[in-house]
Amino acid sequence: MLGYILRRCAMLIPVIFGVVFIVFVMMYVTPGDPARMVLGEQAPQVDVDNLRAEMGLDDPFLLQFGRYVYNAVVHADIGRSYITKRPVWNELMTAFPITLKLSALAMGIALLVGIPCGIVTAVRQYSIFDNIVTLFALIGISMPVFWLGLLLILLFTVKLAWLPPSGFDSVQAMIMPAVTLGLQSVAIITRMTRSSMLEVVRQDYIRTARSKGQKESVVIRKHALPNALVPVVTIAGIQFGILLGGAVLTEIIFSIPGLGRLMVSSIEMRDYPMVQGGVLFIALAFCLVNLGVDLLYAWLDPRIKSQYT
Amino acid sequence: MQTKKNSLWGQVFARLKKNRMAMMGLCILMALLLTALLADVIAPFPFDEQDLFATLEGPSKLHWFGTDEFGRDILSRIIHGSRISLQVGFVAVGFSVVAGGFIGAVAGYYGGRTDNILMRLMDILLSIPQLLLAISVAASLGPGLLNLMLAVGIAAIPQYARLVRASVLSIRDQEYVEAAISVGSSDLRIIFRHILPNCMAPIIVQATLGVAFAILIAAGLSFIGLGLEPPTPEWGAMLSGGREFIRDYPYMTIFPGLAIMITILGLNFLGDGLRDALDPKLRN
Repeated sequence: MLGYILRRCAMLIPVIFGVVFIVFVMMYVTPGDPARMVLGEQAPQVDVDNLRAEMGLDDPFLLQFGRYVYNAVVHADIGRSYITKRPVWNELMTAFPITLKLSALAMGIALLVGIPCGIVTAVRQYSIFDNIVTLFALIGISMPVFWLGLLLILLFTVKLAWLPPSGFDSVQAMIMPAVTLGLQSVAIITRMTRSSMLEVVRQDYIRTARSKGQKESVVIRKHALPNALVPVVTIAGIQFGILLGGAVLTEIIFSIPGLGRLMVSSIEMRDYPMVQGGVLFIALAFCLVNLGVDLLYAWLDPRIKSQYT
Repeated sequence: MQTKKNSLWGQVFARLKKNRMAMMGLCILMALLLTALLADVIAPFPFDEQDLFATLEGPSKLHWFGTDEFGRDILSRIIHGSRISLQVGFVAVGFSVVAGGFIGAVAGYYGGRTDNILMRLMDILLSIPQLLLAISVAASLGPGLLNLMLAVGIAAIPQYARLVRASVLSIRDQEYVEAAISVGSSDLRIIFRHILPNCMAPIIVQATLGVAFAILIAAGLSFIGLGLEPPTPEWGAMLSGGREFIRDYPYMTIFPGLAIMITILGLNFLGDGLRDALDPKLRN
């Protein structure tokens, strides 16, 4: 198992290297001059040229890329923001906990609502409850996040005046963003739990459990659920990784200074080191979450675990 | 007289017809296609016609969905917006299916080092969340319809590459492929004539759901100002424009959002139905 973990971690290195390269290429071809962005439209061209040289933007592409990788690997330095002048790492560490909190809350809502809904719809297949929840799950998947956010603001802030329209430091302020971000995951987890549960309850061992006279609630809770939840864990993990990188729209609507909003504003300001560092960080987090999911999956399902050892 | 449906697609359609949700999805999609095609005929006003004496009017007999801050008819803009959203959705997905399909087919058919290199490249793209990848690509390409399609399309390539590769791997060793190789068919002929047609089912399902996702991402990009520029009637951009008026003129955000949701819902209904209809486990 340890060998497998180490192999997977080693495989991350070329992937991360590739991510840095791709983001570098994208930033390189992006129109707009960072030096001009820093100095403003009115600044004389001489100053802009000097600053470009100082930033190393005039160097050949491969030199810039090599320097970035060298600094990152040898000095653990991923640069400073052009705009705030603070180290990129510090900026990321300010924004990341906020996004993490938001994503964790959204995921919590998704699991707390999605799993019970999935179980009940599977156990009572084709009932009214099943039809309603299935329909709502499809609506949830089809709802644009940014529209949902605006509708919630319209209802709970404008009409009812119950919740603040933005902010992230109180429970009340986090309710709407977490629901907005989490709704799609609620829908996905509900659907996954339902289909996985339906598959499990048709298995022979469930019929055995029933035929020996076990109570239905025990059959579902003790026999069916643990096995039905294995694929749900995978989906939930992948979903969590997506939330970390996909909180952009939610953060923008509710003015939350998380990672996503930081990325978008950095892209707008042509703050290359910030964008590179940010995408790198998110990609790394995404890969680590996926690695964690795979390990958890192996731990939950002995059949898979045996493949690794 | 009942016609006999022997072909695979005939059977699939027969199964699809029994699925009420899928048929509803198909109807929504057809209605949208008609709306997009006939936008000039059915829209009551030109999408960019400003009436500065009728700005920010609520829904009325003249303007069913009200008017925006420039006095433009929101219904007409939504009708014309359907053209853009469908175009972005289908072209972007078409692009990613072709590009991803090609990469996946080559990787799966040749295997070995080619497979390894191509798939590691796809892993790299997959490790960047799709929305973030689309945002980065859109930013580096600049605004515009074609760039928006490309940004959304590029971000989805790895999914199709993986899907096609997996299908190709499962088909490559079948006897009929071996037969084609032994009679001396070229690699391209084998891939296009014998392998790809047999892995269409999962691609079609994924592409239908993919169009929905592409429309969502494109609207999201426009919402944050990285998609299309005004006065183009893009649904996401309309939502973004209505945001500052949400307190007093909520209909400006309600209707474009509803249009996006119904479109996505229709495509999801259809995609789910197709998945069930094409699933060999559920057949008969």
